[in-house]
Amino acid sequence: MSYLHNIGQYFLMIKQIFRKPTKWSVMRHLILKDIDDLIINSIGIVSFIAFFVGGVVTIQTALNMTNPLIPKSLVGFATRQSVILEFAPTFISIIMAGKVGSFITSSIGTMRVTEQIDALEVMGINAINYLVFPKFIALMLYPFLISIAMFLGIIGGMAACFYGGFSSVDDYIAGIQMDFIPFHMVYAFIKTFVFAFLLATIPSYYGYYMKGGALEVGKASTTSFVWTSVMIILFNYILTQMLLSS
Amino acid sequence: MIEVNDIHKSFGDSEILKGISTVFEKGKTNLIIGQSGSGKTVFLKTLLGLFIPEQGSISYDGKIYSKLSPDQKSELRAEMGMVFQGSALFDSMTIAENVKFPLRMFTKQNKSEMNDRVNIVLKRVNLDDAHNKLPSEASGGMQKRVAIARAIVNQPKYLFCDEPNSGLDPRTATVIDNLIQEITQEYDITTVINTHDMNSVMEIGEKIVFLKDGIKEWEGSNKNIFKTDNEAVTNFVYSSDLFQRVQKMYLEEDQ
Repeated sequence: MSYLHNIGQYFLMIKQIFRKPTKWSVMRHLILKDIDDLIINSIGIVSFIAFFVGGVVTIQTALNMTNPLIPKSLVGFATRQSVILEFAPTFISIIMAGKVGSFITSSIGTMRVTEQIDALEVMGINAINYLVFPKFIALMLYPFLISIAMFLGIIGGMAACFYGGFSSVDDYIAGIQMDFIPFHMVYAFIKTFVFAFLLATIPSYYGYYMKGGALEVGKASTTSFVWTSVMIILFNYILTQMLLSS
Repeated sequence: MIEVNDIHKSFGDSEILKGISTVFEKGKTNLIIGQSGSGKTVFLKTLLGLFIPEQGSISYDGKIYSKLSPDQKSELRAEMGMVFQGSALFDSMTIAENVKFPLRMFTKQNKSEMNDRVNIVLKRVNLDDAHNKLPSEASGGMQKRVAIARAIVNQPKYLFCDEPNSGLDPRTATVIDNLIQEITQEYDITTVINTHDMNSVMEIGEKIVFLKDGIKEWEGSNKNIFKTDNEAVTNFVYSSDLFQRVQKMYLEEDQ
């Protein structure tokens, strides 16, 4: 029953996000602040992880291709496919569920504990629109972050090739240009938009509806990370089945 | 004026408010008192429209809350100011931004008009040198004064305070009590204060509603609370040695 209650309450919250909008002059500042908090402040960690995981994917691929008949350019091809199709959209989203998701849940949850949300409601403000809508809009720029992850993942692979001597840079570049299917980018960005929506709404839900004190804020952040990750993995499977298996 | 008529409020199987009726008058400091768990906070949040009563009605200057449209409810809420127990200041904003917030949300004033109003209100609560501080940099008493400034900046008709002097030293608590009373008279608003502080009762209790187990047990003023023979009230009022001595003095004066 509790699961059904949570699902129903989550969808009611989503409806409420778009009702009774906050004054634009106020909302504009909130959106810019959330773009800074959620997107700009994540560029560093996303770049770091993307670059080194891209390198590791390349090393693993190269070390597992022992057959001399397999062309060296396949290392670049495999890295590109792994990074664009799965690593950048999905793996980075799981990391963001920890970083951005916990931030959203704990910041909204703390506002709940310290009666700041009650203060908004007493003033007649739609607190859900005020708090969640700017995060939703800010995370519509999430594909920008994923694009950086895709680019740096592939560059990281190239750096690993160059410094580790697993294949020549020319072979790697030939590999990343091989059999490129533009729809794979469309697929990756459709996933990214869906994950962005989940990243904005699930942590907000757990923060907004939490009850209790400081300890419960921590518990809500953990629960929100678990459920955001579960939903990302689940939607990853559903979208992959829908978009690629034809 | 706020008229409360037979309101009932439950959470699950537990009935918290059991048919409370009273009137909170304009230009007076109306106090809700009672022991912890008596239903004071639920009553105050019901008055604010945060909880919807299952039965009964609340009318604000003749407007019955439950019969208002959502837009009318929002308009009415914009006429309410609230001072929360923990101040509930927005910690990402400076003190001036906190006070300016209701003006940004509900008025069409330009920047200089808003700044002028913020300056007036912060001066009124004796905080004219704290504009750029963050709430975390302010003391408990300062935070309470900022919360009062934010509550009155948009010239509300109704001011609600939930234990406004909890956690404050006696001197600061008296300053806050007096400030609320002065503002109530100055702006001619209906003020409802939720407290269990007997000093507040003595200082500013022009109208007092005593709650016990969700029922209105007694109502009166600070002038007659010491003379009541209601056992629940006397047990509450004379729970400390100090007030037992005050009672003794009153009785001696009467003799």
